[in-house]
This record gives sequence, structure tokens and C-alpha cells, in this order.
Amino acid sequence: MTPEQAIPMALLAPILGAVGILTTWRTPNIRESVTLVTAVITFALVASIFDDVMAGARPEWTLLEMLPGLSIAFKIEPLGMVFAGIASFLWIVTTIYAIGYMRGHHEKNQTRFYICFAIAIASALGIAFAGNMLTLFVFYEVLTISTFPLVTHSGTPEAKRAGRVYLGILIGTSIALQLVAVIWTWTLTGTLDFTSGGILKGYATEGVVAVLLAMYVFGIGKAAVMPFHRWLPAAMVAPTPVSALLHAVAVVKAGVFTVLKVTVYIFGIDFLAELGSSEWLKYMAGGTILIASLVAMRKDNLKARLAYSTISQLSYIVLAAMLANSVAAIGGGMHIVMHAFGKITLFFCAGAIMVASHKTEISQMRGLGRKMPITFICFLIGSLSIIGLPPFGGVWSKWFIALGAAETGDVLFIAVLMVSSLLNVAYLIPLVVRGFFNDPDVDHTHDDHHHEHGDGHADTASPGDAGGPNQWKFRGFEEAPKACVGALTFTAFGSLVLFFYANDLYRFLLPMVER
Amino acid sequence: MIDQNLPILQIIIPMIAAPLCMFLRHHLWSWLLALVISWICLFISIALLMQVLEQGVIVYKLGGWAAPVGIEYRIDTLNGFVLVIVAAIGAVVMPYAKVTVDKEVPRDRAYLFYAMMLLCLTGLLGITITGDAFNLFVFLEISSLSSYVLISMGRDPRGLTAAYRYLVLGTLGATFYIIGVGLMYMMTGSLNIADLATLIPAVADTRTIQAALAFLTVGLCLKLALFPLHMWLPNAYAYAPSAVSVFLASTATKVSVYALIRVVFTIFAGVNVLEIISVRDLLMGLAIAGMFAGSAVAIYQSNIKRMLAYSSVAQLGYMILGVSMANVSGVSAGIVHLFNHAVTKGGLFMAMGCIMYVIGSVKLEDMAGLGKRMPVTMAAFLAGGFSLIGVPLTVGFISKWYLIQGALEEGWWPVAVLIVLSSLLAVVYVWRVVEVAYFQDPPEGKEAVTEAPISMIIPMLVLIGASYYYGIDSTTTMDVARQAAEVLIGDVK
Repeated sequence: MTPEQAIPMALLAPILGAVGILTTWRTPNIRESVTLVTAVITFALVASIFDDVMAGARPEWTLLEMLPGLSIAFKIEPLGMVFAGIASFLWIVTTIYAIGYMRGHHEKNQTRFYICFAIAIASALGIAFAGNMLTLFVFYEVLTISTFPLVTHSGTPEAKRAGRVYLGILIGTSIALQLVAVIWTWTLTGTLDFTSGGILKGYATEGVVAVLLAMYVFGIGKAAVMPFHRWLPAAMVAPTPVSALLHAVAVVKAGVFTVLKVTVYIFGIDFLAELGSSEWLKYMAGGTILIASLVAMRKDNLKARLAYSTISQLSYIVLAAMLANSVAAIGGGMHIVMHAFGKITLFFCAGAIMVASHKTEISQMRGLGRKMPITFICFLIGSLSIIGLPPFGGVWSKWFIALGAAETGDVLFIAVLMVSSLLNVAYLIPLVVRGFFNDPDVDHTHDDHHHEHGDGHADTASPGDAGGPNQWKFRGFEEAPKACVGALTFTAFGSLVLFFYANDLYRFLLPMVER
Repeated sequence: MIDQNLPILQIIIPMIAAPLCMFLRHHLWSWLLALVISWICLFISIALLMQVLEQGVIVYKLGGWAAPVGIEYRIDTLNGFVLVIVAAIGAVVMPYAKVTVDKEVPRDRAYLFYAMMLLCLTGLLGITITGDAFNLFVFLEISSLSSYVLISMGRDPRGLTAAYRYLVLGTLGATFYIIGVGLMYMMTGSLNIADLATLIPAVADTRTIQAALAFLTVGLCLKLALFPLHMWLPNAYAYAPSAVSVFLASTATKVSVYALIRVVFTIFAGVNVLEIISVRDLLMGLAIAGMFAGSAVAIYQSNIKRMLAYSSVAQLGYMILGVSMANVSGVSAGIVHLFNHAVTKGGLFMAMGCIMYVIGSVKLEDMAGLGKRMPVTMAAFLAGGFSLIGVPLTVGFISKWYLIQGALEEGWWPVAVLIVLSSLLAVVYVWRVVEVAYFQDPPEGKEAVTEAPISMIIPMLVLIGASYYYGIDSTTTMDVARQAAEVLIGDVK
């Protein structure tokens, strides 16, 4: 199969999978098999393009002309290849995890869940492969809408409120700012194709570029730059697999991916560096990094803490883009991968804890590590990668972003990155320490049986815990179902492996800043 | 032979069929007649548009009398396009109407209903096709009078007062229009639109012509329900029988917008009317005010048909805004939105008709759990709602794109900002319905899935499908709209 053929196939595979899921809704085993097979096929199709892109090919495929002169078109370059690869690969892992989680948690409407998930992945791939800004925008909006039923999955009043915030901010920013910016770009240049070196040079003055860039950065609400970050904590009412894959990988990475893509291929980093239009946006990103970390420290709910941590980490990539130099841009691209593996591990762990012990608040997790050692060790590994310590992948992306800051002489932002690392230590490590070294809190939990449902905080977001905890018990340990534990161990291991392959990733991404 | 006479057949066929319905006096036979006629009209209109696109403007002299003396029908890309819109909506509404009319209109009067529908269709097609300013008034009255009857034909007594209010304001609008035509006739001695276009510039500086322009604009703005002249519209749409709401919401105001475009860009082509007496500022200001006022009021409606009616006020604002920009992007956005809004709003009103048919109410509080009870209808409503918001892949997105592009080309970025802000209001009123339908449980004992008959579902899906088909590949509609806009703008300069 040629890469040109693989593009439509990869986009179509999840959609066909969704149809398959719909037709097999009566038998959960077959339905979940369909999901899994679809995920594997999708990844295989995406992976089949990889070698060609590495060899320097830029496969293209045009679907149709949507507006006169503007097409729904796809063109794969290294950054999009990396994003598509990550999203489709982790979809496989997440599916395995989700089977364990959704059953263990007795969730309702699982068919709708798997269908929306497949459509969301298809839209993420559409964003990754987009050959022009119109195509990207179309899939960006489809992604927002297809994830709405996932966020409001439980249908509770709380989920409804969260859904309003989610949709309000994401649709609001994208229509009010991003769409106008896209049309403005189109009226200025007469093209929206992603072009090496950018398309705006020679068409826009310094002032226009500054306004336009701000409209893009804030209009891409999925990048969660403050003050448009509230949707991400709100989205945490979703089932954990959604938080893990979509709100740590696919959706949020689609946001920062778009920011990178716009700065590199619409503005052009040299053009931006020349004008300095991105100066004040660096401070916005830097501010988001620090403030979100500080907020994360104050959150007792584990998923909320991870959400704010994600907001902070996303702004690393926005900062990398705004630094407007090659090293930082590549560092930003790498951080998409590194953070994906680290953060999905953390979310998988949070979900595993919720399934196995029905605990959602960090203060309740004293001594829990002794019952769930695998989960807590993997949590530690994920945390170390997020913090940026060797031998885990996160160290490299942070390194290159800091290097980029050094290149432009922005010492302040190197300091921001360092302080942020310290804050990461402060809000991630205590959970592990508490889990292993504190004695279980007898006031809250009756030690052996965690069946009590009157546990106030426990799991208000997800109903259907009537069946009690679903556990994998061995040697006195009470871990989450095997599918969950397997998935989170795998991604934690991935963080370790990435440390050794960072150089290959760097070389793969390099063409994106070359002309 | 038939080829040559298509323009007159377009009008004469429904016009003759209307009294035939009266003779049939049978609800089923008159419906069948109306159905067949509406489809014939659609085929004629499509054939006409094809002819226009291939050969250019078609001029048809009624009775062989040459233009300034006789009446002529003149079809260019713009009204060829509008003819297709009107005829297509008519053709989709007729199959839909059967079941709703049986339920909402007393059976012994159903044949009158179809006769009036055909008359209304005749009137709307006539306004569009004619090249004569006075003839346009005649058709305006035919369509208006028949629509007053149609609105009042349902079982809801509030339809009567709504129709009465529409009658008062509609008559006012038509009177203003004819006064304007009279003033022009006084100064030029002609009623032919093409002829007027050549004669007006010579007398453009006179107060009479300026007064004529003022009367024409206000009269037509009343008919097209531009804010704040929209007061007749919400109740008329809300309390009319379902099929009438669909038909009028998709066609009546659109045709008036077309008439306004004709006046501004063809009759007054030589004078650049948008500049001389600040008509542009006025239209633009009112259009924007309407976009916000319509949407804001829509948010607070509990009757969802009324909510959609107020949304129409806002959407008409978009069309007039596009027209008032007077550049190719803006005007083509306005023109393409005639079509885009017709299919979207038609589909949405059809969904309301289905809901009315099944649960007997279109009030928000009665729609709890409808997402489970009527999954297909609610999915169609949601899909149509996305188009009102302007989500990509829908026709609403296409209109908005060109509207914003038109504003940015002129450097009016505040207008662009206002366009997007007003479309965010649409998110709010669409989402109110979604939350009630999908997040609340259906009332006890009414959980079973019950959909409207298939003859209602299919037309609804056709219109909603069209609002996606032409949103994904808009080249067909946009090419036509752009061509029409280029001709109009070319006329101005």
C-alpha cells in the first residue's frame, strides 16, 4: 500500500470501527474485540506511512473541495506523523485499559462510549494529517463535539455543568478567535496550506502578526493557555480512560500540536523571531506553567491535580513554540510524546486506584501503595518522567526547550522551567510517599474491606459502583483488574524506553524546521 | 417549445392547480395534485437555472409584448437560484404536509389548505421570476394573502391573532412597496426593472426618487422581518400549522430578501444607493442589532418553534449584513445563506413538526428525555442546531466564513467580531434544548421509542442532509452565489 492510500484508510478505519461497534452492541465481548482490532488496524495503517516520511516523503491526499479554492486536504510531515503515531498507538493501550476499567466500574452506555472514542481518534488523526488550516479547523471542531458525550458520560447534573464549561470554552474560543484568525490569514495570503517557512511573510505587518498570533494561541482553546484552561479540569468528570487518552494525549495534544503547526508552518519561526511578536505570549505561557502548578498543589482530588499538571505541561509546548527557534520547536514536538507517555501512566494509575479502592482524594490514599505496589511504582515512574529526571523520556524534551530558551537569551524562562520541575516534585511525589510510608488511615477506611459506599467524596462523578470494587488479588495485594495494571505498566515502561530513543525522535523531527 | 416557455409554466402551472384543488374538494386528491405540481415546479426551476448558467439571462415576454409596455420575466443567476430554493422547499414540504395536515387542519378544509399552499408557492415564485416592479407587487400580495390564510388554518386559536398581526404589518409593507413603485413610475414612466435601472440615474438626485427608495426599503424590510420590523414573525411561525411553519420560514422571508437585493443592486444600480443616503449604515446597523436581539430573545423562549422563529430574525440579520457589505464575498454570503438557512431552518421546523405530532407540544418543558424517545428527530434537531451555530461541515459554517471574509476584506474587523459573538449566542439556545432532551429523563410511562411517520421523517432528513452535503462540498452553491454576486456588484460599479 502506498502512503497516499494509507492516509484515507487510516482516517476511515476508526469510523468503520465505530459502525462495527454499533452493530455489535448486544454482545460486549465482540464489541470490545471490534474496538481493539480497529485500534490495531488504525495504528498499523498509521505506522505504514512512517518509513516514507522518515525517508523525506510528504504524502498528500485531497478529499474534496469544500469552498471554492479551499480543500479538505491532507499532507503528512514529521510533526503530524509523530502526533498521529502517538495517538493511534496509545489508543490500543487505552482500549485494553478501558475494557478493564469500564467493566470494573460498571459504567453504563458503553457502546456510545466506544463509538465516540473511535470518532475522537479519527478526528485527532485528521488534525495530525491536515494539509491546510481549514482541514485542521474542521477536525478540531469535530473532535470537540465528539468528545462532549464522553465528558458528560455519566449524565449527572455535575457532568452537565462540566459539559457546558467544556463546550462553552472550546467552541467559544475556536469560533470567536481561531476561526476569525483563519479567515483573516486566508484574506491576507490567499492560501491556508501548511508551508515550510510559513506563508505570512510579506503579507502581514508586525502589528497584524502580533494580533493574529494571539488570536491563534488563545483561539486554540485545547492548548489550555490561561485564562482559557477551565474546560480541562471540568472534563475530569469523564470516565478515566477518557481523561487518560483524550485529556492527556489526543485532545490537549491536538491543541498544542496546532499551536506548533501554526507557528512553524503558517507564521514561520524565522519570521516570528524577526518580528518578536510572540514576546508577550511567552509570558502568558510561562505564567500558565507556574500558576497551574501552584493550583495543582492545592488540589486534593487526584484527577483534578493531574488536570492542572497537564495545563502546566501543555504550556511548555506553547512556550517552546513562542520562543521561535528551531531547537525549542523540536523540543516542543518531543514533549508531545514524552508528556503523553508520562501523563497517560499517571491517569491510568488514578483510574486503577479508583476501580480497586474507590478512592479519588489524595488524602485518603495513605498506605495504599502497600496494597497496590505495581500501580504506585508506575505512578512514581510517570511522575519522574513528568518532572524530567533521567532515565526517563521527559528529561530530553525539557532539555531542548531550555536549550531553546538559552539560545534566545531568555534566562528567565530557564528559571521558570526549573521552578516548575520543583513544583512538579512537590505535587506528584507526596502521593507516592504517602502511599508507601504512611500507615493506612483507620478513620476513613476499614482497612481490609473497601466496600463502603458512603465514603462521601468517593466517586461522585461516576455512578454505577453498585458492584463494589473489582480487584485483581494476589499475595495479599489488591490491584485493579489485570487489563488496567497491564496497560499502566506498559506505558510506564514506555517512558523509560523513550529516554534511550530521544535522539532518533530529534532527528525525525528535524526536517520540520529545515527549509 | 416547452423549453422556450418554461418561465411562464413555472408560474402558470401552480396558479391553475390552486383552483383545481377547490374543484376536487377532497383532502387526498388535492394533496396528490399539490404534490405532483410542486415537483413539476422543482424540475422547471432546475431546468431554468441550468439554462441560465449555460446561456446567460433569459428574457420572456408575456403575450409577446415588448418590455416597457408588456410584462417580462427575466431570469439571471440570482433569481434562478432563488427559484430553485423556493421550488425545492415546496417539493419537500408537500410529502411532509400530508400527515400533519390530517392532524392539525379540519379534514373538510384540508383541500383549501392545499389550494392556499399552491397559491403561496405561485406568489413566491412569481416575485422571484418577474422583471416588472408592479407585477412583483401583485405576486407579493398573492403570496401574502395566502399565507395569512395558511397561518390561521391550524387548530391553535392563537394562529388567528398571529395571522391578523401579520396581515396588518404585511399590508403595511406591501403598501409602502407600492408607494415606492408609484413614485418611481411618476419620475420615469416605467415599471420594468431593467428599464428602471437605466432611467433612475438621470433623476436620482430628486427627492421623489429618494423617497421612493425609502418606501421600497422599509416596505421590503417589513416583509423580510428585519429587526425591529420583525414583530409579526415569531407568533406567525410559532402558531401556524407545522407544514406552514416549515414552508414560510424557509421561503417567504428569503424571497423578500431577494426583492430587496433586486431593488438595491439592480433598480438602483446606477446610483450606488448604499452610499447616497446612508442606506448601508442603516441596513448594517439593523442587521447586526437583529443578529443579537433575535438570538438573545431566542434564548428565553420556552416554545421552541418560537425560539426558532427568533433565531430566523437573527439569521435574516446575517443575510442583510452580507448584502450591505456590497463586496463579492459579503453579497455572495448573503445569497448563499438564503439557501443555507432555508434548508437548515426548514429541517429544524420539520423536527418540531415531528415532535408536535408525537407529543402534541413544542414546549421545552415537555421535551424531557426526547433524546431517548425520538432519537432520530432529536438527532436531526441537534444536527440542524450545529448548522445554526456554524460548526464546520454544515452550511451555516460556509455562510459565516464568507460573511467574515467579506467584513475583513473591507477592514471592518469589529463587524467580524460581532458576527462570531452573535453565533455564540446560538450555542446557548441550541444547547438549552439539547440539555433538556438528553440529560433529563422522560416522564414516567413514556420511555418507549415513538417516532413520527416515515413520510415526515424522510423530508426532515433530506433537508438536514442537504445542510451537511452542501456544507461539506459547497462549491456548487458557492459558485452560483458568487456568480450572482459578481453580476450584481458589477452592476453597481
